[in-house]
Amino acid sequence: MPRSAWLCRKGNWPVSSRFVVLVVPFVIIAIFWLLARREAKLRHDPTHKGYFERNGMTLGILFIVLVALWALFLVVLPYLYMVVESFHPQLPPSKRGGPEDVLTLEQYKSFFVQPVGGGLNVTHIGALVFSILASIAVTALNFAICYPLAYYMAQSSGAQKVRLLMLALIVPYWVNEILRAFALRLLLASRGLINQALMGLGITDAPIDFLGIDVGLYVGLSYAYLLIMIFPLYNAIESLDKNQIEAARDLGAPWWRIHRDVVIPYAKPGIASGCTMVFMLSAGSLAAPQFLGGPRTLWFTSVIYNFFFQNFNWARGSAYAFILLAACIALVMLMLRLFKVSLGETIK
Amino acid sequence: MSAGVELDHVTVRFGDFTAVNSATLDIKGGEFFSFLGPSGCGKTTILRTVSGFLEPSEGKVRIGGQDMAGIGPNKRPTALIFQNLALFPLMTVTENITYGLRVRGVDKAARTKKAEELLELIALPGQGNKQMSELSGGQKQRVAIARALAVQPQVLLLDEPLSALDLKLRQHMRNELRTIQRMVGITFIYITHDQGEALTMSDRIAVMSDGVIQQIADGKTIYDEPATAFVASFVGENNPFAGTVVRADKSFALVETRFGRLHGRNPRGMKEGDKAILFVRPESLRLGAGASDTTLSSTVKSVAFEGNMTHVYLEGAGKKDITVSVGRQSTTSIPERGQMAAISYDAALGLALPEGQLARE
Repeated sequence: MPRSAWLCRKGNWPVSSRFVVLVVPFVIIAIFWLLARREAKLRHDPTHKGYFERNGMTLGILFIVLVALWALFLVVLPYLYMVVESFHPQLPPSKRGGPEDVLTLEQYKSFFVQPVGGGLNVTHIGALVFSILASIAVTALNFAICYPLAYYMAQSSGAQKVRLLMLALIVPYWVNEILRAFALRLLLASRGLINQALMGLGITDAPIDFLGIDVGLYVGLSYAYLLIMIFPLYNAIESLDKNQIEAARDLGAPWWRIHRDVVIPYAKPGIASGCTMVFMLSAGSLAAPQFLGGPRTLWFTSVIYNFFFQNFNWARGSAYAFILLAACIALVMLMLRLFKVSLGETIK
Repeated sequence: MSAGVELDHVTVRFGDFTAVNSATLDIKGGEFFSFLGPSGCGKTTILRTVSGFLEPSEGKVRIGGQDMAGIGPNKRPTALIFQNLALFPLMTVTENITYGLRVRGVDKAARTKKAEELLELIALPGQGNKQMSELSGGQKQRVAIARALAVQPQVLLLDEPLSALDLKLRQHMRNELRTIQRMVGITFIYITHDQGEALTMSDRIAVMSDGVIQQIADGKTIYDEPATAFVASFVGENNPFAGTVVRADKSFALVETRFGRLHGRNPRGMKEGDKAILFVRPESLRLGAGASDTTLSSTVKSVAFEGNMTHVYLEGAGKKDITVSVGRQSTTSIPERGQMAAISYDAALGLALPEGQLARE
């Protein structure tokens, strides 16, 4: 891409929109500069120990530079570049920065309306809706598995037992995700262990197509994010005073009411935190849906993946990625609102 | 309505450890009954056994004459007030108080009415909508009582509920608890390590040590007629003089101690040659000599003036000093530190008991 084209472009815009990305470093540097200024002002207060006083000049500068570089190159720039990219048409490298390289909503529009033919883009909309609904189901399934386990670990067992259980939960994650997915596939395949056992016991005559009906997908995804659900739950329930549970019981509450009225309200931030993470991760997961999903199942991340690596259409891929992100964030916010949990609580 | 509580040879074991050893007692309906003992003596275990959180390893618990074996805490006619109160932090005052009713499916109007009644009883009228975090320690205390009373238990169990409060509030709450108990008329079983609480509030007290009930009696009897060396040393201040009985009859015993032969009552009927401890309370001792078998002398170690009293500490037999509490009406001059001083007591105020474990200081 010719450098001059970046700076002076023909068209309505005097400079390329990609140029905006280059402004960001200056903004970030300005923010750090303002922070430094603030430090300098506070210096007059004898009780306040300045940043450089605390860390020394060399280390202080080093920290600032490292944090700035990290924020800049690993967080801000990549995402920003994707945002910019998603508002551009797909062009071969030679035409980038040329007259056709204009800002456009075409990529976002293509999600709703097919670029060729103009009909409603049922495939992609369907994939998004399915991915989100399936992720909700995975989150619910995960919660249903993890809550009793976390409660048991936090409230009713000794420290020794908890350590053992933790180990039993963590060790399987040393096996990598792909291997785990394929192992599950072997179990669930039509000639797999489970089907053979079912047929051997005479429960079914013909093998059940577990993978085709997405059982593999749900099981795989639920298992993949088990730890991510269990730790926030365990943390939240563990700090609950045992006497609260006994008090509710003493007042006549049956076990399910104790959970509904005492444990779950108390653990709500942990539950929200675990559910949010599991939902976000399963909606954005790639490996498990690809290996364990049925032949008719189209996970939205696979669509995005294909745009990037098969069609080399980065523009449309990033537009789709942002659509997924926006949909997920909107849903999470809605849920948090519905269950009256603030975003701050979930991070605690 | 109130129900009595009967423990019939109740033993509770945790592995090899026996927390409660064959406790047998009969608490009458409407009684204010306290378990008094140092921490780890098994009193909380008894409370948890009565409330149903623990099943006795042996023996039976009966409430209102009915065997409680296999009946869970949510099905027993008892309500427990926890040491840390265990109020539900995410519920309002009213929601806390009416939780037991909500669980029982009582409708909202009846619940609100009950909550108002109880808020009146605990002197917090109109504060039902407050959050728990807005209440002071004493107010939380009262909400915990109201929450327990709301389910109309026949027995209220209290596990050292005043221990978190400061001294002034604690004394105030003692009176309040007693008043509430008289008003609602149900059985109160109170657990405490504070003898002042037990003595001021209770109809009867069971003194416990190492899982064994040492004595069951009213406060005055516990103080004046302790049954064992442990009770004598745990309830109130006491000066023990260990020795051997050299002469005894039905009412009195003469004990040979390091401070000579001392005379005291002999309620347990000890015989000549028995190992014994003679107890004389500090307020029963006076400065100056009396009859030879009720007088001893020792070196004054220190003198502490406390306003209403002056405590004189004399060299004792073991590590523990002999304490003499001198009231303001006494005309005897207080001896100096290092002097030898003679002290004496009325023979009826000395108490000889069989040797046994003393309460830790």
